[in-house]
Amino acid sequence: MTALSLSNISMTFPDGTQAIDDVDLTIERGEFVTIVGPSGCGKSTLLRIVSGLEAQTSGTCEVDRTSLGYVFQDSVLLPWRNVQRNVELNAELQGIGKEQRRDLAQQAINLVNLDNHKSKYPHQLSGGMKMRCSLARSLVSRPQVFLFDEPFGALDEMTREHLNDELLSIFQLEKFAGLFITHSIQEAVFLSTRVLVMSAQPGRIVSEHHIQFPLPRLPEIRYSPEFAEICGRISNDLKTAHS
Amino acid sequence: MSTGQLKIRHRLSAVLLPLTTLIVFLTIWYLYAKFNYDNPVQRRNALPYPHEIITDGFMPINDKVNGLRPILGYMWPTVKVTLLGLSIAIALGVLIAVLMNLSRGIERSLFPYAVLLQTVPILAITPLLTELFGEELGVRLVVTVLVAIFPVITNMLFGLQSTDRSLHDLFTLNHASRWTRLIKLEFPSALPSLMTGIRIASGSAVIGSVVADFFFAKGEKGIGYYIRTRQQQAIQRPEMFAGTITASLFGILMFILIGWATSRAIRNWHDSNLAHTQSSFKIRSSLKGKK
Repeated sequence: MTALSLSNISMTFPDGTQAIDDVDLTIERGEFVTIVGPSGCGKSTLLRIVSGLEAQTSGTCEVDRTSLGYVFQDSVLLPWRNVQRNVELNAELQGIGKEQRRDLAQQAINLVNLDNHKSKYPHQLSGGMKMRCSLARSLVSRPQVFLFDEPFGALDEMTREHLNDELLSIFQLEKFAGLFITHSIQEAVFLSTRVLVMSAQPGRIVSEHHIQFPLPRLPEIRYSPEFAEICGRISNDLKTAHS
Repeated sequence: MSTGQLKIRHRLSAVLLPLTTLIVFLTIWYLYAKFNYDNPVQRRNALPYPHEIITDGFMPINDKVNGLRPILGYMWPTVKVTLLGLSIAIALGVLIAVLMNLSRGIERSLFPYAVLLQTVPILAITPLLTELFGEELGVRLVVTVLVAIFPVITNMLFGLQSTDRSLHDLFTLNHASRWTRLIKLEFPSALPSLMTGIRIASGSAVIGSVVADFFFAKGEKGIGYYIRTRQQQAIQRPEMFAGTITASLFGILMFILIGWATSRAIRNWHDSNLAHTQSSFKIRSSLKGKK
């Protein structure tokens, strides 16, 4: 089932810079697609268009925006609310009743292993825990399309890999359509069923790689020769796109 | 040095250093009074000895005509005007800031006049105010509100406008209404700066209500009236100082109370508040350790 379909999307900012040029992309439910590209190539802009935060200059974007999850680059938590109440926020804004959203939040909190910290405030959490909280907030509404805007970019390597493992098991459970932005090739390959390479200025999709590792994926596959080989190919594409 | 010892030293210096300043200040005052006050010719312009403010100003404690009781009696109307005026300034200031935040157009049409409120010398418009609002409670409140409202408006507006962009995006993605956005996002975000504004405004409100007594003769008279009427004769000078000190103590009390209310309101989350409890001490002690 097609969850997200972009055709001929282009985006030119009012100052004349062309951020995105003619992007076509279709994502089925149960697919996890990652876009890698240099900074400033318009990856984030593409996500903002999909979510409706920004309007494309031309092209069409078909997606059910009532069932959309969005994880930002930063955790974007309300500092005056504890974990529990932050996780409830999306459901609360969508008008879901108190009892029900508490249950939903609790499920999401369990899913990201934050149960021991649910009464803590954001300033008491580590970067990884904040990101988990942010993830849980989006999970509450069980979205069919999940957008990730470089969510783990600011975390240390260990935490990032750990969260990648967790995200992947959540993906297996929920079977949403994922669109993930990163500039870490390893992260892209580990998480995705498909990796797209994007060039900068203007942002174009220059190549596509299907990742064949079956799910569930063990953390160890990161060190296998096949994994390294795919990373190598993507890295090559990135270099060509950049020059 | 252990952390415990450092903490004690830290607290001790927080008391001892300002105390030293006070002692130096009082010594200079005593010396000045000694050279002038003892000289009958110069008595008219002189300062009383500091201790006379207590013995002749605040004492007796419980007498209908002199001392502390009449001072507190005059203080009460001042307290009322200050609190009422400050409350009006807060309510009105927040409302104006919210309107300005709602649309650029409203902000552009109102902001210059908010600045005008702040820059017009209040004393220069007292005759006009008398014409418009009389000389009783009403005009005292107007003066208090006029001097206190600007910091409330600017700080609240600044707070509303500095709400995190990504948080706004999050609310947009959830199709939040303008009202929900205001109540659940912008208001709490603006709370720390609003409290700063109220803190500044509280000092101004005390000044406003005291100054109003100097210019408006009718209605319930406050501490300003007491101070003004005890200025004329040198013999009453200690009473004047006692009145001034009481008014200042009230200002300080307001400042402390609002500071306390602020840290209660934002105790769980705001950086400024967390800094007091955790990091600032650590930073200072680590700096000392480096020497």
